[in-house]
Amino acid sequence: MHRTKVRVVEDALDANNTIAGANASDFERSDVTVVNLMSAPGAGKTTLLERALEGIVNEDPPALRVGVLEGDVQGSFDADRLSVLHIPVVQLNTDNGFGGECHLDANMVRSALPAVPLDDIDVLIVENVGNLVCPAEFRIGEDSRIMVCSVTEGEDKPLKYPLMFRACELVVINKVDLLQHLDFDVDRLEANIKQVNHEATVMRVSAKTGEGVEEFRTWLKALPARIAAEAAHDHDHGGHDHEHGPHTHTHDHADHEPATA
Amino acid sequence: MHEFDLSSAIVQTVNKHAAGRKVTHITLRVGRLRQVVKDTLLFYLAIVGKDTPCEGATLEIIDVPAVLRCNTCKNEWEIEIPAFICGTCGPGAVEVATGEEFMVESIEVEDEEEAACTAPR
Repeated sequence: MHRTKVRVVEDALDANNTIAGANASDFERSDVTVVNLMSAPGAGKTTLLERALEGIVNEDPPALRVGVLEGDVQGSFDADRLSVLHIPVVQLNTDNGFGGECHLDANMVRSALPAVPLDDIDVLIVENVGNLVCPAEFRIGEDSRIMVCSVTEGEDKPLKYPLMFRACELVVINKVDLLQHLDFDVDRLEANIKQVNHEATVMRVSAKTGEGVEEFRTWLKALPARIAAEAAHDHDHGGHDHEHGPHTHTHDHADHEPATA
Repeated sequence: MHEFDLSSAIVQTVNKHAAGRKVTHITLRVGRLRQVVKDTLLFYLAIVGKDTPCEGATLEIIDVPAVLRCNTCKNEWEIEIPAFICGTCGPGAVEVATGEEFMVESIEVEDEEEAACTAPR
């Protein structure tokens, strides 16, 4: 018996990223734009969806055909709330018997795809499990990542969870109707978001009163065309997009950059 | 809190490359921006690796500093706090040079000298 050193040099999340790629191919084949919606627990993801989607699906004809994949540790409370919108809602529970996963990964989403009518929708919103760490690390095959951050959480959250705030292209600041009751500096929150991710679009909304929700609706309705245009642009430029695309250059300290930037 | 899942990802990657051989040592390369707590990772690796070829393997983590690069002035600097801004040029052309790694760098496995070629898996 002797010991051999085996050079591996592999991103430990490659297995997940491979499955995420398979999901992305399925989404592309059905021409579905996929949004990974993330936040801390209780930030108001479901309420924001209720408000925003109500306006979209009740247009005649609907501006977008939207489906939702609801990730929760347990139960179907969120899916039940959204089902009144008469859109396809699929519940995905992460509970595997001892506590449940704190995030969705590519394989969990893949296992739920047979239940999602991809050919009947334009946009699939995947509501991730409430958590500010893990969901940012596990790609699911999405085109866009957005997060909801509420004014009851503290202005310093972007500095404490930069991984999550850097992963998202849109940060929706929710519950602004509560600002009058709180000692909360929303400008400081926005400055902190910009400090970790200056490219992020930031919106201030109240899913409860509806303030600012129209801006979010407009953003969502424009998303499929924008993603398609970006894909065409990337295609013309060899797929190299410095922040969001796969890195092609190498660096002394980074043999392979993770696909989370 | 994400260390449990990261441990599972490591064990999966390591066991794939070990191809059935017992693993005695694992070297990881972890960027500071990944916010991984080493002791927690070690704790979970012992649990997740149990009854797999990883069981009992020692672990070495190479820390990779968080280094940013500004593509305008070509400066590179290490950060201690999450401020992704160039002091000279602002945030416009800043990208992460290093610090996002989460790699299995190498593993050490036990080989049976003569049987090594005859028992592929």
